[in-house]
Amino acid sequence: MRTLHKFHGGVHPPEHKTESSRLPIAAAPLPQRLVVPLRQHIGNPAIPIVKVGDHVLKGQMIGAADGFISVAVHAPTSGTVSAIELHAVPHPSGLPDLCITIEADGEDRWTERQPLDYQTADPDAVRALLRDAGIVGLGGAVFPAYVKLNPDQQKIKTLILNGAECEPWITSDDLLMRERATEIVSGVKIMAHLMQPEEVLIGIEDNKPEAIAAMQAACQGTGFAVVTAPVLYPSGGEKQLIKLLTGKEVPSGQRPINIGVLCSNTGTAYTVHRAVYHGEAVISRIITITGNVTKPQNFEALIGTPLGELVQLAGGARPDTSHFILGGPMMGFDLLNHLDAPLTKAINCVIAASPALFPPKPAAMPCIRCTQCAQACPCDLQPQELFWFSQSKNFDKARAYNLFDCIECGCCDYVCPSHIPLVSYFRYTKSEIAAQDREKMAAEQARQRFEFKQMREEREKAEKAARMAEKAATAAAAKAAAAASGVEDPITAAKQAAIQAAVERAKAKKAEAAAALPPSPQPSPAGGEGVNNTEPS
Amino acid sequence: MSSPHVLTPGSSVSNIMLTVLAALIPAIGAYYYFFGPAILISLVLASVTALAAEAAMLQLRNYPVKYFLTDGSAVLTAWLLALSIPPLAPWWLIVVGTAFAIVVAKHLYGGLGNNLFNPAMVGFAVLMISFPATMTHWPTPLMLSQHPVGFSETLQYTFSGALQGVKLDAVTMATPLDTLKTQLNLQHAMGEIKNMPIFGSFGGKGTEVIAAMYLLGGLFLLQRRIITWHTPVSFLVTLALVAALFNGIDPGRYAPPMFHLLTGGAMLGAFFIATDYVTAPTTPRGKMIFGASVGFLEYVIRVFGGYPDGIAFSILIMNAAVPLIDAYTQPRVYGHDTKPE
Repeated sequence: MRTLHKFHGGVHPPEHKTESSRLPIAAAPLPQRLVVPLRQHIGNPAIPIVKVGDHVLKGQMIGAADGFISVAVHAPTSGTVSAIELHAVPHPSGLPDLCITIEADGEDRWTERQPLDYQTADPDAVRALLRDAGIVGLGGAVFPAYVKLNPDQQKIKTLILNGAECEPWITSDDLLMRERATEIVSGVKIMAHLMQPEEVLIGIEDNKPEAIAAMQAACQGTGFAVVTAPVLYPSGGEKQLIKLLTGKEVPSGQRPINIGVLCSNTGTAYTVHRAVYHGEAVISRIITITGNVTKPQNFEALIGTPLGELVQLAGGARPDTSHFILGGPMMGFDLLNHLDAPLTKAINCVIAASPALFPPKPAAMPCIRCTQCAQACPCDLQPQELFWFSQSKNFDKARAYNLFDCIECGCCDYVCPSHIPLVSYFRYTKSEIAAQDREKMAAEQARQRFEFKQMREEREKAEKAARMAEKAATAAAAKAAAAASGVEDPITAAKQAAIQAAVERAKAKKAEAAAALPPSPQPSPAGGEGVNNTEPS
Repeated sequence: MSSPHVLTPGSSVSNIMLTVLAALIPAIGAYYYFFGPAILISLVLASVTALAAEAAMLQLRNYPVKYFLTDGSAVLTAWLLALSIPPLAPWWLIVVGTAFAIVVAKHLYGGLGNNLFNPAMVGFAVLMISFPATMTHWPTPLMLSQHPVGFSETLQYTFSGALQGVKLDAVTMATPLDTLKTQLNLQHAMGEIKNMPIFGSFGGKGTEVIAAMYLLGGLFLLQRRIITWHTPVSFLVTLALVAALFNGIDPGRYAPPMFHLLTGGAMLGAFFIATDYVTAPTTPRGKMIFGASVGFLEYVIRVFGGYPDGIAFSILIMNAAVPLIDAYTQPRVYGHDTKPE
């Protein structure tokens, strides 16, 4: 038995897992129309590479990766592109985003699929495949997997597969592990091949005995260790799981790879396997439909399926359903737009909410400094202090008390006896600070540009004056020489002087260009400070 | 609504306050058993005064009166004050103290969650300074009293300020701590003093049992995770250590640790007053510094100061240092100052 390293705090909300975990994963039927957002990952949205009216095949790339932090998106079934326009998407903002709509032709005909022998292929070729298969972290962050699965000369000690699934209600990873453990482990092998870690740990909360058994069976002979952890939210948080399994902490502002750890979600490993062994892009995923529906269950559904159709598959929402939560109750968000928003790679759960299941929060009381929040914080922050600073808009203090280490897990809100929406305060303060930083940086850049312009204008003025003086001196010298010798042609002498002056000018210009070449201008005496103090948020 | 979408079932400010009030009930029971019904009357008086003062202040400050009145915080302040002052006293004593605690110490400093000083202890300090004589008239334990005061007599005294046919001196006496101090000043030896009837096995007769009940209530609060161990443990350990040190130097002049732990406001202070959320530090290390400092000051004021007990003043002194303590005891945040491998 591996020793676990407890992380600070944590909470244990009612699990509500069994509602949706009793039934196996069901295949959702093919919808008539699929809406595929081009932005289903962190980074640049994919660029559409099809036109309205085009016929596409299942698995065919319809949006190409744009730049480094980006991946492709694909047609989930065969059919005709009917629109490329803004459409409702599942996003906390409720704003529409650019989507490609495909009318299914019902044939569900695959494009040509090309598996890859990853063991003989160049690692970069494997990564290119992952990028073009649209593989992103399915744990929620949807970060492009091909970027993450690049050791880039860093030594990786531990590869962690995150099967904790600590959010209440959600069981999609649980069911995936129960039913497709072999494929997940195969995906982990591919990841391990790319990263060459010393050890591979698979972390699962101990409320999933069937998943644990299935994964242990699939790991036979691989050397991968399945580690079970007691149920404690947020043990599935990347930083918390790393601490739990390795005892190491990810330094503030850095990424796990900086301490030789890589963490990946079980669903991601599964899609890696499908891409490498079957040449299949990410065109479907497992989603839990639960809460106030009559038949909660997990479904394997095509990306782009309207969420409303999935709710119907789960028996439909009961009449007293007030709204829908996407994701879990601790970190999920309300679906603000209509249920015709499509399933995306990031969505692992829809919870139909009712006043009985999710009672409205009572009005907030003042903070009484009981420190329940500080005791629950998995980052060991002092939320009561951060709240105080946020409320008084004391942003410098909030930053100094490490607001940016907050992972917004919601533990503090969950335990607060005064029912203060702490996470909302912290989100607000973070965005205010980020906006201030951007403004500050823009002002600083403008000031530097202005000062540089002034410097350049003054220098040009001085150079012009010098040139004039030089010209006058040359002319006078030529005149004097001509007068003295009386033999040479004064016109030739003047010409020679002019040529000489032109050469000098060219030299001066070259020097000027060389001085201006480094991208940052010379810092002015007062400049310097404040240039580098921006914080990535 | 943004995340999280769930709250801890049943968690609320009023629940916390009610739990603390419940934790005081065993001690109140012992109080009643050893000293008669006076404590019940003063608890009721204090509660009514606190609620009235709270309602008036909420109204003046345009707060939703009913929502805040039911949070239980005013009643808790009232009970802590009532348990800290002599119960057999004219009605105006507890009324003035409670009203001052709620109106000035709590609401003029910003109300629930914002007051720098513990309201109950501010109320106590005001009474101690303004009415020092009245504040020394503690009821005699029933078992020692020639004339046990009943319910109607107590009511009569509370509202008229006089007892028919009995002198006040016959039913009140100094506290064990006060007695000890006075007797020591009269150059009596510790052993001799401790044989006086007012003293029990460890502390004062009756009061030592009440102290034990406070300890019981405190353990209940620990078990319910309303308070953490840091403050009471550091408080009591410091008090005991300092007492043991002086007792070791001169047992004839300095009482043993157990006496200090089980008399006066030590147990009440350690579990119910120094642990007040609003006026105490929030960090684990801060709580320990605070608890230890209060325990130390408690001893110093008791033994070397002018007052028989030091709980109120040591708490108030340390309340002023809380922002500083918090600022300098922030715990290490995840991912900061990590040990290099």
